[in-house]
Amino acid sequence: MNKMKNNKNISGAEAVIKSLLKENADLVFGYPGGAIMPVYDEFFKFQDKIHHVLTRHEQGAVHAAQGYARSSGRVGVAIATSGPGATNLVTGIADAQIDSTPIVCITGQVPAHLLGSDAFQETDIIGISMPVTKWSYQITKASEVPGVIAKAFYIAKSGRPGPVLIDITKNAQFEMFDFNYKKCIGIRSYSPIPKIDNNKILDAAKLINTAKKPLIVWGQGVILGNAEKEFKNFVEKSGIPAAWTILGASALPTSHELNVGMVGMHGNYGPNILTNQCDLLIAIGMRFDDRVTGDTNSYAKQAKIIHLDIDPAEIDKNIKVDIPVIGDCKESLAMLSKNIKTKSYKNWLKTFDDLMKKEFNKVIKNDLSPKKKGLTMGESIIAINKFTKGKAIIVSDVGQHQMVACRYANFIESRSNITSGGLGTMGFALPAAIGAKMGAPKREVVAVIGDGGYQMTIQELGTIFQLQLPVKIVILNNDFLGMVRQWQQMFFNKRYASTEMVNPDFVSIAKAYFLDSEKVENRSDLEPAVKRMIESKKPYVLEISVEKEDNVFPMIPSGASVSDIRLE
Amino acid sequence: MEKKIQFTVSIYTENNIGLLNRISTIFLKRHINIESFTTSECEIENVFRFIIVVEMTQSGIEKVVKQIEKQVDVIKAFYHTDEETIFQETALYKVKSNSLFKERQIQKFIKKSNARIITVNPEFFVIEKTGFRNETDELYNDLAPYGLLQFTRSGRIAVTKSKMGISEILNTFKNQKKKKK
Repeated sequence: MNKMKNNKNISGAEAVIKSLLKENADLVFGYPGGAIMPVYDEFFKFQDKIHHVLTRHEQGAVHAAQGYARSSGRVGVAIATSGPGATNLVTGIADAQIDSTPIVCITGQVPAHLLGSDAFQETDIIGISMPVTKWSYQITKASEVPGVIAKAFYIAKSGRPGPVLIDITKNAQFEMFDFNYKKCIGIRSYSPIPKIDNNKILDAAKLINTAKKPLIVWGQGVILGNAEKEFKNFVEKSGIPAAWTILGASALPTSHELNVGMVGMHGNYGPNILTNQCDLLIAIGMRFDDRVTGDTNSYAKQAKIIHLDIDPAEIDKNIKVDIPVIGDCKESLAMLSKNIKTKSYKNWLKTFDDLMKKEFNKVIKNDLSPKKKGLTMGESIIAINKFTKGKAIIVSDVGQHQMVACRYANFIESRSNITSGGLGTMGFALPAAIGAKMGAPKREVVAVIGDGGYQMTIQELGTIFQLQLPVKIVILNNDFLGMVRQWQQMFFNKRYASTEMVNPDFVSIAKAYFLDSEKVENRSDLEPAVKRMIESKKPYVLEISVEKEDNVFPMIPSGASVSDIRLE
Repeated sequence: MEKKIQFTVSIYTENNIGLLNRISTIFLKRHINIESFTTSECEIENVFRFIIVVEMTQSGIEKVVKQIEKQVDVIKAFYHTDEETIFQETALYKVKSNSLFKERQIQKFIKKSNARIITVNPEFFVIEKTGFRNETDELYNDLAPYGLLQFTRSGRIAVTKSKMGISEILNTFKNQKKKKK
């Protein structure tokens, strides 16, 4: 009765908080401003129930919400004011759209009667964000708040997840109404989980049972579908070697005997070469991104292709497939496993091992046990593996260090690799690490960031300091925008246009934020420093000075075939 | 190179602000020119139907229609060739009134093309012609030499020869919801 009373005649702003709580969203990341102030006033009143994290920039808030969603599997929430607050969210929204991350963004908006008048801090965020949101809605009446927020959470997390934006005019935040919340259980124009066609399962099983040289390539769909167990069963029963896309990493442990490494531009040699030799390619929860396929006209032409995906629009989008299995892979993998024979492919697996040996001799050996004086990114990652025992969540930014981190990180648990895959957003890692740690507080979170990306969102050190959040930050500093420099070296005749960076003293910056920090330049200091960082119970910034002009190999040059992958 | 042909895309949607933008973005993003675009409420209350005409390859249209259907507020999207639809366009021709009386030919063209005069006043009269593109074009070419004050043509409206089954989709949803409750 009392509860009912509390919900009578409340403001739209209070309804926002109450709706978030109904969705168990008790943690949000944001930044206040004029058009969202009524909601912030309610954050103050409800501070014992909902934790609002003040980031130092709205982009930090949205990336933190992404990191939170990725580590916890829940919906991340970011909140900002109108105008610049809203536009600062756009990069993160686009990132969440292309990487299928469930987030709900709430923006304030000028009062409804001023819409279209170019009022102070008015911007058409619905229009701006439309191509990069799964769904968006502008609320102009308080009575719309509960229904729209319920719908937003349902849409963000169901089916193929994605970002939703809700824009709330200021008058709707002030307006009083009687609050009544009903969870959204379905939308008539939207079927997020297509029904699996059993005939396709049988067709796929038939191909799998007769294949001689099959290869699995899995993506983030396995993680998003919480299908790690079903996937592992399928891999082990089928005996088929399995390779991952960058966002699929950690769904199956790195050390699993059937895990043959990463595909794509800087993936492993074996799975790339053998994509063009397998007789059956089983793609699971991945979308044949161009960084994975290289030239599509010479991608797995010899193979039959089975594609498991929850999104029908992904079927035949980039690569024509023989058997599409549309639906939730948690179900379809279990159905497939029932229909396949237990098999093993000794000789076929040996070809992966042989190619790995080749990659080891040409690339990995030099990365991990370098003869030269300068430190490498690879040995830095190995040191992190050693002291985290592979249990950490690795949050990486974008560039060379990202490829190296994904190649050499030792993943044991799922949801351990958080990175900006599809959009390649520099500046993602530092704020995403904040969200990742808050989404999985019991896990160690190590952000691995290049000196370029670090400086794009460096102000979030302030958030880390204010929260006293024990995230570990490793800057792999080569004083270059390394990936672009590598391309300039290889394809632009070493014309290093605007890639060399004159950097500040990162240790001093960290110390100015009262964070523990140190810098490593010598090999003998690396492991002790990483050990100190991991053992610290506090936030920690470790700058590792690495070779300036190292390149990441293997590499499929842009537009080349996967089988033209280069080792040097 | 795969051949481009003309397709009529029919999209059934909820009546939501912004959906028009969402749909046109899908074409814009792929640099596809929309030849005609019409929208109105369809046979089901509160359900809208967009009719879009584009010239595309078969594989291209398949992908685009899937992207359209993926939008949360889109109930269902289809594409059809000209042979699979019955379609028409409407054109309006505004002509000076005195030319109607001076030029006997104009009356002949109107009769020949089965067009209608919908308004006459001392200054101008307006002719309406509904038909295929080549028919409204023909009347345009006939009238142009006598001076057209204004000319406008609607987007294509079309119905398909095959069933769409939108009510069935909506009923299935209603029944599922009942079951869940």
